[in-house]
Amino acid sequence: MSKQTNLVMRILKGFGMFWWDFLVGDTPELFVSTIALIGVTFLLGRGIHNSHVATVVLPLFVVASLAITVARSRPKKGSK
Amino acid sequence: MIATTVSSGVLVLVGAVFLASAVEMVEALTIVFAVGHTRGWRSALQGVVVALLALGALVAAFGPALVHVPLTWLRLIVGGILLIFGLQWLRKAVLRASGLKAKHDEDAIYAETVEELRALGDAPKGDRIAFAMAFKGVFLEGLEVVITVLTLGTSAHRLGLASIVAAGAVLLVGVVGIVVSKQLSSVPENAMKTSVGVLLISYGTFWVGEALKVSWPGNDGFLLVLVVFYGLSTWLVIQQTKSASAKAMVSA
Repeated sequence: MSKQTNLVMRILKGFGMFWWDFLVGDTPELFVSTIALIGVTFLLGRGIHNSHVATVVLPLFVVASLAITVARSRPKKGSK
Repeated sequence: MIATTVSSGVLVLVGAVFLASAVEMVEALTIVFAVGHTRGWRSALQGVVVALLALGALVAAFGPALVHVPLTWLRLIVGGILLIFGLQWLRKAVLRASGLKAKHDEDAIYAETVEELRALGDAPKGDRIAFAMAFKGVFLEGLEVVITVLTLGTSAHRLGLASIVAAGAVLLVGVVGIVVSKQLSSVPENAMKTSVGVLLISYGTFWVGEALKVSWPGNDGFLLVLVVFYGLSTWLVIQQTKSASAKAMVSA
């Protein structure tokens, strides 16, 4: 591989790693829950009545995600 | 009347960008002060200036490019990023507020950095270490500000306003730091981080919903409802986490 290709690969790898660390990092549950939230909102947003349901479901989903990620970070029972 | 001309969206945007920029600048300032006091100000300030120019260049390069992304996609992607980013900030803030994670202590970070730098010996005239540490401190802390400015600014079509607010916050913290001539350890960083987290997830929720055809009651006025709801929910999560930790301590 030429020097230029090597440099491009390194830049692309660095860019990918940055976004991976930024979006997934040590809280993959937040990435997964956000993707799930987008999926649920997409399904609810398709119907007029369901769209109103989404205004309630969406914020509750976000709070549940926060509660889950905090609970995951708490020391487990019996652990020192 | 200001209330009638400034929308809720702009208020939340200004609040989020200002607080995020200020809190990151407080952290960067600690590193710059440690470098300046230990190894001299010339190279430290050069590092700061180059880092600020690099951050400005990132906004100037990516800002106009992002405007060309179709608005629905932009809001969906930005909304998703803001939700993840905001929840990450809130997670840390909740853990710190509940005592499960050590609070960010600027005095301790300052002392640690000074010790690390003193161990490296005397500073030469063109001090590369001082330059690199000051650059890294400002650039890495500033990167989160750039992401906040770019995501909030472009999606709301207010990149200029977001940039000015961020620059204002950076300037304000910088001036206060110079006046008191020390790291700003008495700033309530965790409360600020909690507020930023709440504002980011409010915007994130709003834009994901907008992109996916959710009709928010009162349009962007609903952002304030989200801010209040998330603020109260975060408080409840903190209380619940504190009580769960206390119970775990008793039973251990």
